[in-house]
Amino acid sequence: MEFKNLKLTKKTTFVIWVLIIAFIVAAPSILPVFRLNLLGRYLSLAIVALGVDLIWGFTGLLSLGQGIFFALGGYCAAMYLQITSSSEFPNNIPEFFGLYGVDNLPFFWEPFRSPIFSLFAIWVIPALVAGTLGFLVFRNRIKGVYFSILTQAALLVFFNFFNGQQKLINGTNGLKTDVTQLFGQMVGSESIQRMFFWFTALLVIAAWFFSKWVVKGRFGNILIGIRDDEPRVRFTGYNPVLFKTIIFSIAGGLAGISGALYTVQSGIVSPQFMTVPFSIEMVIWVAVGGRGTLLGAILGAVLINYAKSLVSEALPASWMFIQGGLFILVVTALPEGVLGWAQGEGPRNLLQRLGLKRKIETYPSLEIKNETEGLKNE
Amino acid sequence: MLLDSLFNGVAIGSVLLVAALGLAIVFGLMGVINLAHGELMMLGAYTTYVTQLIFKLPLLKPYYNAYVIVSIFVAFIVSGVVGILLEKTVIRKLYGSPLETLLATWGVSLILQQFVRSIPLAYGTGLVISLIIGLFLPSVFSSKVKESINFKYVKFSSWIIAALAGVLSGNLISSSVSKLSRASARNVDVTAPSWMRGQVEILGTAFPKTRLMIIIITLISVIAITLFLNQSAWGMRIRAVTQNREMSDCLGISTEKVDVLTFGIGSGLAGVAGVAVSLLGSVGPNVGGNYIVGCFMVVVLGGVGNLLGTIFASFGIGIMTDLIGAGRLLSIWPDMPLPLSNTVNFFATTSMARVMIFALIVIFLQFKPTGLFPQKGRMVEN
Repeated sequence: MEFKNLKLTKKTTFVIWVLIIAFIVAAPSILPVFRLNLLGRYLSLAIVALGVDLIWGFTGLLSLGQGIFFALGGYCAAMYLQITSSSEFPNNIPEFFGLYGVDNLPFFWEPFRSPIFSLFAIWVIPALVAGTLGFLVFRNRIKGVYFSILTQAALLVFFNFFNGQQKLINGTNGLKTDVTQLFGQMVGSESIQRMFFWFTALLVIAAWFFSKWVVKGRFGNILIGIRDDEPRVRFTGYNPVLFKTIIFSIAGGLAGISGALYTVQSGIVSPQFMTVPFSIEMVIWVAVGGRGTLLGAILGAVLINYAKSLVSEALPASWMFIQGGLFILVVTALPEGVLGWAQGEGPRNLLQRLGLKRKIETYPSLEIKNETEGLKNE
Repeated sequence: MLLDSLFNGVAIGSVLLVAALGLAIVFGLMGVINLAHGELMMLGAYTTYVTQLIFKLPLLKPYYNAYVIVSIFVAFIVSGVVGILLEKTVIRKLYGSPLETLLATWGVSLILQQFVRSIPLAYGTGLVISLIIGLFLPSVFSSKVKESINFKYVKFSSWIIAALAGVLSGNLISSSVSKLSRASARNVDVTAPSWMRGQVEILGTAFPKTRLMIIIITLISVIAITLFLNQSAWGMRIRAVTQNREMSDCLGISTEKVDVLTFGIGSGLAGVAGVAVSLLGSVGPNVGGNYIVGCFMVVVLGGVGNLLGTIFASFGIGIMTDLIGAGRLLSIWPDMPLPLSNTVNFFATTSMARVMIFALIVIFLQFKPTGLFPQKGRMVEN
């Protein structure tokens, strides 16, 4: 794969961060409640996008099944909220169980009575599931397109499972969190939602620092090595399976956190979180923002989702066309994403085209193709 | 009982097979998974619907019974042409980066889905007609004309003719078939002609005729594609490029032409699968999505080295789906111990059968990571 590792200059990163933080601080006072809630949701999606960037942008694993871990996190959070606010219902269990004649809480939900366990479960369970699935697949050196379609198949399988199990998780209806209680207040109420917004914003920044720490140093170098030439990493004596499994479960954990935050802010978790289009969209946020740049993942997730909600409000039918076009455009014309384009020769080329900037007279750096490049890609 | 189960399994498997065949051939040759394959199937299904309505016109009414046969060929051409266009415009640019191709084809699939939702089918038909004419009209001229410098004008004018023909036929169809003149996101139904309704009795078991028809379509497609790959010159070239692209290129095989041809055939097969799908249920913009994951499973399980892998994998998955999904294990072995029978019952729905089959495939891959019939080679990377 011909793909340079992108490095944002310190100055650009700083400017972008100042802008982001200024926006987040100002948002609650300038945006109406509805939009603020939307922004909170999109910020939580930025966390799953960071995970996708870690596995795709840095390690070269294109997972089309991040929705599994996203939804698992969401279900853990929603179930905790449902159980803690179920005291007025018969048998002290969430209301929906009564509809299907279930009298006792299924045993695997029992630990979710504890808030501390639930807080851990939100990211540990998705990470464990991702780690197991990843290990089973990576162990056999399944990679590339095979890996992608296996994750997509896994996604569909989880969707089918969650959709069909009314008695355990309310099936296709999903779990509502809007009317549950937290700290003695309704989760859907404005004050709690405002709190979740701040919490999400903080966690996005924390997740960014964490991802930054992960890709820094030798661990990150090996990830990039796996992306660019896995056999060489293996021949050098490293075990790619281990690294791939670790990074895949980290991405799973991030997806879980993101799913939980998204659930409490949108008021419901349902198997719809595991549909195929949603998981592929996560990839396109990263692709548009600039894969291999962590900031790009955050920006891509927030901006594309905001654009989506604006466009679908105005012209509902056109979003599919725009999104489809975006997929094609970004892989053919902007493989490094918007941030990558802005970092590279992009802006200067554009200005030259418009005649606003003089052409450089010296030779630009020649891109000499390695002769083995073509063979390697086979 | 057993025969019944086997037949159902084979029927499910043959839909999977005809749908996965095209996907597997393209994947074997170019290493590209076409996420728009399901949407090409959908185009095939809609083609059947349009053909059916056109055969209801007074002029063609006497031949109405033959419309299914005609639509197989039409669907092959329609999906094939859309596939060729897709290859020439998008996939060729992304050669060597399969993951990017995956994303781009997903974009194409979104566009195709929205296309059938928001464009009246009559004009869609017109567009397809102009695509067919525009792509193929230049190739009917003799090579002498092709080599002359004015050939680009010939190409240009044939696209103008194509556009005119498309607009005219679109208008003609929309004025004569009112059902096709409005865009709608609703599902449509294809009704089988009278000779395909009902059942046939073989060995005391009744088989629905539509399912038999699908099995026959699959059989013919598989035989045709095997003959093509093994007997014709282009088939040989395709096999050569599949085995070693650089070496074939060095020996003078035009890999570019092979790519277009293979992609066209693969997409055309998706169209044929679409005809089969339209006979099973109603046709909507999302119809392809229901089958596509099954096709992926077939490709993963079967490996890319051999068509036999695809065949075994699809029938295997088909029969397993029926065995697990319909809970037939219980009827074969009625006095199963209780815990086992509870498990069987738990998985005895179509969606839970998928869960089980996925688990089985992941277990299978632990032993044979490259599928049933892997491609042999000594490359480190493959």
